Amino acid sequence: MKLKELLNNNTKLQAVTLTLYIIVSSAALYFSQKSVTAFLLVLASILLLYLTKFNNKVKWGIGLLVLVVILPFTASQGVAYESYMEVATFVGIYVAMAIGLNIVVGMAGLLDLGFVAFFAIGSYTYAIFATAQANNFLPDIFPLSGSWFWLFLIIGTLFAAIAGILLGIPVLRVKGDYLAIVTLGFGEIIRIVFNNLDKPINFTNGAMGIASIAPPSIFGFEFVQSSQFYFIVLGILLFVIFAVKRLEFSKIGRSWKAVRENEIAAQAMGIHLVRTKLMAFAVGASFSGAMGVVFAAKQTFIDPTSFTLLESITILVMVLLGGMGSVPGVILGAAVMTILNLQVLTEVTNWLGQLNMQGVISIPDALSPAKMQRMIFGLILVLFAIYRPQGLIPAKNPVFDEEKLKADDLNQNEEKVITAQQSVIDA
Amino acid sequence: MIEHIISTLPQVLIDGLALGAVYAIIALGYTMVYGILELINFAHGEIFMTGAFIGTALFITLSGLGFLAVMPALLALLLVLIVTSILTGFLGVGIERVAYRPLRKAPKLITLISAIGVSFLLQDLVRFITELKKGNYILTGPSLFTEQISIKASSILSSFADAQIKSSTIILVVTAIVMMIGLDYFVNRTKWGMAMRAVAQDRDTASLMSINVNKVISLTFFLGSALGGATGVLFAVQYGTIDPYIGFILGLKAFTAAVLGGIGNIRGAMVGGLVLGLIEMFAAANLSVITSNVFTAEYKDVFAFIILIIVLIYKPEGIFGKAVAEKV
Repeated sequence: MKLKELLNNNTKLQAVTLTLYIIVSSAALYFSQKSVTAFLLVLASILLLYLTKFNNKVKWGIGLLVLVVILPFTASQGVAYESYMEVATFVGIYVAMAIGLNIVVGMAGLLDLGFVAFFAIGSYTYAIFATAQANNFLPDIFPLSGSWFWLFLIIGTLFAAIAGILLGIPVLRVKGDYLAIVTLGFGEIIRIVFNNLDKPINFTNGAMGIASIAPPSIFGFEFVQSSQFYFIVLGILLFVIFAVKRLEFSKIGRSWKAVRENEIAAQAMGIHLVRTKLMAFAVGASFSGAMGVVFAAKQTFIDPTSFTLLESITILVMVLLGGMGSVPGVILGAAVMTILNLQVLTEVTNWLGQLNMQGVISIPDALSPAKMQRMIFGLILVLFAIYRPQGLIPAKNPVFDEEKLKADDLNQNEEKVITAQQSVIDA
Repeated sequence: MIEHIISTLPQVLIDGLALGAVYAIIALGYTMVYGILELINFAHGEIFMTGAFIGTALFITLSGLGFLAVMPALLALLLVLIVTSILTGFLGVGIERVAYRPLRKAPKLITLISAIGVSFLLQDLVRFITELKKGNYILTGPSLFTEQISIKASSILSSFADAQIKSSTIILVVTAIVMMIGLDYFVNRTKWGMAMRAVAQDRDTASLMSINVNKVISLTFFLGSALGGATGVLFAVQYGTIDPYIGFILGLKAFTAAVLGGIGNIRGAMVGGLVLGLIEMFAAANLSVITSNVFTAEYKDVFAFIILIIVLIYKPEGIFGKAVAEKV
């Protein structure tokens, strides 16, 4: 207890602990390349950083240092480099999507169960034009080269945002649980349509999927490896976090929260309901669309099975786990879930498989943790809904001191009066 | 084109009726729970699925013990139906007790999320148990009631083609009608049914009238889940092969049926289910002919969702429901 208090109040001590932690964990990663634990520990330093009491600029600086320099460098020493960076890239993709869904579900309180549809729209936008697929309905100039990727990042974002608005317009007349069902239906419709849109004109190549999508390139440099995509994702993610931080406490962000708390009261306060909700849909969808473009370019192959309801629910689990409405919480939730999905479950499965081979224990194939995704998601959803609906890091609203605000206001007024007087005197 | 539609019509009607009966009974479960708690019980589709698995497991056990050969098949079906509906009924009560009751005062969003969680949990539990026992999660039951009866529809109107009806379809439809009439009687004519309607109207006032609200809610879940489980058994008998993921989409369509008929309205759910089943079968049989192969039968799922969206936007109270003004 005493240690905790001591740590809570002493920034110097925090700085020392954090530095030590980063040094130890990255050294561990540097020297023992095969240890997944070390890699995860380095990632966890971001969480530790969040808990410190430094001011924001310092936090951002250290965070960037860890993510841009230390993590790629220390991981780059061994054979597992690409697989580590792949996990890190997926963490980035899912974090951005979870932040997008957080705007819709957490801030505006609209339960969207078809969120992956926007991801699919972003993916297909790039995939169709970056392969020969577009020749089926446009003149023969495709596939476009990888340098178009950057433009398509914007186009995919816009398409997803437009889809968000198109979904929003009819849907916003229903609310609450009906909205959930309708968005779920929308997600399924998009998937079924993409699955069958290979006739009469072959747009999406149906269930076969679209293969060999052009990798992005800039000035002749091609992004092929996960370790290279990592930096693209990191860049977009930084933009997304910056945007959502600015939006959260702006007029529109406050309107979202007002609508979430009570629609009728919000309307009575002069908030334009339709515009506010549509904005939430559009912004949330656009983040997802941008990451869809990256996903298509990274995988170089997409098909409708990547965009099922399970994906939508996965993102919802991330938001709920982290804390609805809380940006740092959602980042944590997305990171935890992605790592659990990609790394922990497969590792445990492999480990159990090895034990099985050696005959230490015998675990039937049905029990293998990689297949237990749904059960784990279900458990997390139920347990968090019942015991901790506010999530791991609950959302915080800034607290304003009324007296101080009034005093500031008064001071400003006085200043105005003084300058006015001054100008009169000057004149 | 018209000829094709007319000639397939008798078969479409029969298949649509069978599918519609399934939708109708599952829709009843949604509508009853929604009427009382104003909650979409997402797990209801999964209860239906669990029922299908329990039923198939019972059939397999019975035939393994050699009972199926000596017992009349109808008796075996009745036995399986009763056992399954009791088990799924208690499953429903348990789900309500564990996952919904603690959240009764929480925001809607949270309860809904909990319901989705339960639904995923059930899917995987069933998958897991089946895979453990059978090595594969797709299950095929013993084939029962497979006699084909040919209906000479062409003798009524020369442009009709003859239709085939399986005896299991007849059993499915008849059982469904019996269950629906039974439920209708229970809700409208008995004391417990009256208590259910009272709780649906106003929970607090009902509790002042010395109605045990928790008990009534448990009973509602029991009835809805028992019906859902029994439908699962009928579904498994009718369609043969089942997997743990049939419940979600089917549940969603049944929910559409409930909305179509007016949610909270029991007779509406029955009509909505039948209408939806007929539309879907019609689309599956004729969509590619009507649109000259632009849209194929795979779009039939899209149909249900489009109907749902249209109904929710233009007539959210459904065919039989009453519009309710929101209290401020």
